[in-house]
Amino acid sequence: MAIEAVDHSHWSPLLGRLWWDAIPPDPIVWATFAGVMLGGIALVAALTYFRVWGYLWKEWFTSVDHKKIGIMYMVLGLIMFIRGFADAIMMRLQQALAFGGSEGYLNAHHFDQVFTAHGVIMIFFAAMPFVTGFMNYVVPLQIGARDVSFPFLNNFSFWMTTSGAVLIMASLFIGEFGQTGWLAYPPLSGIAYSPYVGVDYWIWSLQIAGVGTLLSGVNLICTIVKMRAPGMNMMKMPIFTWTALCTNILIVAAFPVLTAVLTMLSMDRYLGFNFFTNDLGGSAMMYVNLIWIWGHPEVYILILPIFGVFSEITATFCGKRLFGYTSMVYATMVITILSYIVWLHHFFTMGSGASVNSFFGITTMVISIPTGAKLFNWLFTMYRGRIRFELPMMWTVAFMVTFTIGGMTGVLLAVPPADFVLHNSLFLIAHFHNVIIGGVVFGVFAGINFWWPKAFGFKLHEGLGKISFWCWVVGFYLAFMPLYVLGLMGVTRRMRVFDDPNLQIWFVVAAIGAAVIAAGIGAFVLQVAFSIWKRKELACDGDPWGGRTLEWSTTSPPPHYNFAFTPVIHDIDAWEDMKRCDVAAPKSGFLDIHMPKNTGTGIILGGIATVFGFAMIWQIWWLAAITFVGMIGYSIAHTFNYNRDYYIPADEVAETEAAAHGQPLPAGA
Amino acid sequence: MSDHSTPHAEDHHDDHGAGHGTMRDYVIGFLLSVILTAIPFWLVMTNAIADKATTAIVIMAFAIVQIVVHMIYFLHMNTKSNNGWTVMALIFTIIIVVIALSGSLWVMHHLNTNMMPMPHDMGQLP
Repeated sequence: MAIEAVDHSHWSPLLGRLWWDAIPPDPIVWATFAGVMLGGIALVAALTYFRVWGYLWKEWFTSVDHKKIGIMYMVLGLIMFIRGFADAIMMRLQQALAFGGSEGYLNAHHFDQVFTAHGVIMIFFAAMPFVTGFMNYVVPLQIGARDVSFPFLNNFSFWMTTSGAVLIMASLFIGEFGQTGWLAYPPLSGIAYSPYVGVDYWIWSLQIAGVGTLLSGVNLICTIVKMRAPGMNMMKMPIFTWTALCTNILIVAAFPVLTAVLTMLSMDRYLGFNFFTNDLGGSAMMYVNLIWIWGHPEVYILILPIFGVFSEITATFCGKRLFGYTSMVYATMVITILSYIVWLHHFFTMGSGASVNSFFGITTMVISIPTGAKLFNWLFTMYRGRIRFELPMMWTVAFMVTFTIGGMTGVLLAVPPADFVLHNSLFLIAHFHNVIIGGVVFGVFAGINFWWPKAFGFKLHEGLGKISFWCWVVGFYLAFMPLYVLGLMGVTRRMRVFDDPNLQIWFVVAAIGAAVIAAGIGAFVLQVAFSIWKRKELACDGDPWGGRTLEWSTTSPPPHYNFAFTPVIHDIDAWEDMKRCDVAAPKSGFLDIHMPKNTGTGIILGGIATVFGFAMIWQIWWLAAITFVGMIGYSIAHTFNYNRDYYIPADEVAETEAAAHGQPLPAGA
Repeated sequence: MSDHSTPHAEDHHDDHGAGHGTMRDYVIGFLLSVILTAIPFWLVMTNAIADKATTAIVIMAFAIVQIVVHMIYFLHMNTKSNNGWTVMALIFTIIIVVIALSGSLWVMHHLNTNMMPMPHDMGQLP
């Protein structure tokens, strides 16, 4: 399908670049738009009919409770994950079809947007919300705190992330998304080669979501450093909290680099600067260098907390203390530092000499040592443990196998001469999906199955979970092992059509794999729906798995205030220690509990930020100015709101604790 | 909220908050900053050092001292505040900034190492 060049240079003071030509000339998009519209209208109607708007607003959208914000992050991640997966399956279908002169069903303009959106969405709006969601939900519970350090900031961070997600979704129907690949290398992403709004959507959705990520990082570091229960010194912190701490340190150190790079690219695009242009002293190589200084730590931002999830699960389901806690902590710290000195392995082929390439090649290989130490720790935890192969543990074992394979191909790619052959090929694609799916995605499903009972008071259905598990694992190998083969044969990434008919069978197998994964996602959605329906039968107490850390000492779901009394910690596995010592939960002597109040400021600021981003993308300057001033003004006005806290009366606490009778109560100091 | 007698999440920890400066600290800090700013100005305005590169290096050195003065006297950094966390954060920041800056300089300096020698104007190629 040939696409005629459209002139997008129209601009008016009122609407900026926004005009009728913003509607994508693509029937696939129209059909999707119609579907989304119908679904959206049905959803809004249903919410209105069942009168849940007030409930959603009061109990969720404006909530500053870290547990609710954590769950909202997970919901956001799941929605965006399904969107990102839709992009993936479109690519697999296109590449399986476009052989022997066939153009497939996606035109070049659309296909380029699809692979860009897939990468951006999966990293920034699926994986990041998932890990942030876990950290938000679990960390305060694990350290015996009642909330995070800055509860309002937490709500605000969530809505800024959502704001970025909304912008990226809007790009599907209004205008276009970038056609540059997920990191938008210039000069392709410069104004000369991407004159329309695609790259601007990319810039502003990441800038706005980046504010949320950075602030949430500050918040969680502060929470972990300042709000641990008495007795919990650093070396008694649960390992998930340790990985969360290191992750958030990485976020705070790395994300400003992304912000700066995006700002420089914006200045190139909007104001005619020449940071990354071909002429006038600009250097596109500098962009690549800078974006990977952020980009490589980002990889570890995703995987470190997931390592923590697996550590908790392994210890719990083997009924043993985690093997080598101290080495686990040091391995995490070593990875935190090393992740800053490997970035050049993303561009070995850019032209650096042997000394630079070998330095970064060696550091990359070195980083596999602490990672390997972690794997051995998990294996030794399993050794002679009473392993219960429930769903979280199954995901963990699948992770260990899959991630090891991905890690080995990673070490292979770390050899610069090998990278010269394999860079930009499907081998690379297979490698990073091998570690991201085998690591992050498997970990997310393990974590969801593990902590769901804590969050909602009932377990997820096991049978459907197993179907989802096997579809995912088999589907993953079917979908990505062929890409290794194709990569070794020299097939490059991001190709829309192919000439060599011998390659087709591999792409067909990969497409079948994607379909099996789709079945796995379907089974997961079904698992959640079915479990909610059967929640009475699946109900559980506060400690369904025989947990070891503090979050299992509360009821399921935990009360609003988490702990009636702040627990005192004597051991790494604090809850296991309390169970062993038969620490009795206090039945009386409850006191008023000081809690933060809900506020609508977060969602309102997030909403204004969305409009601001939209106005900047479409160059509607008057609207951008108004919303910018509005954002600053509203933030300042909010600082004068002194009505921020309240006390849960002791009687109410006593009532809640009594109602939880039969469930393990928080052990008192 | 500290006047309320109930246990709060905030007072489980026994660490010290950030230090607070005295008037003496602020005055010392102010004077040092003024001096450290005035000297570079004087260096540039009077051309006290003939070599421009040397002047630039000296000014950079003054800038670094200035940063340290600000951190100690205005941001109250010392090894004790917040149980040493501020110093830890500072050390980590310095490590990361040094890695990013020196690494970028090294990488960008090395970029053309593997390029084929060729005339600048492609039109001159045979």
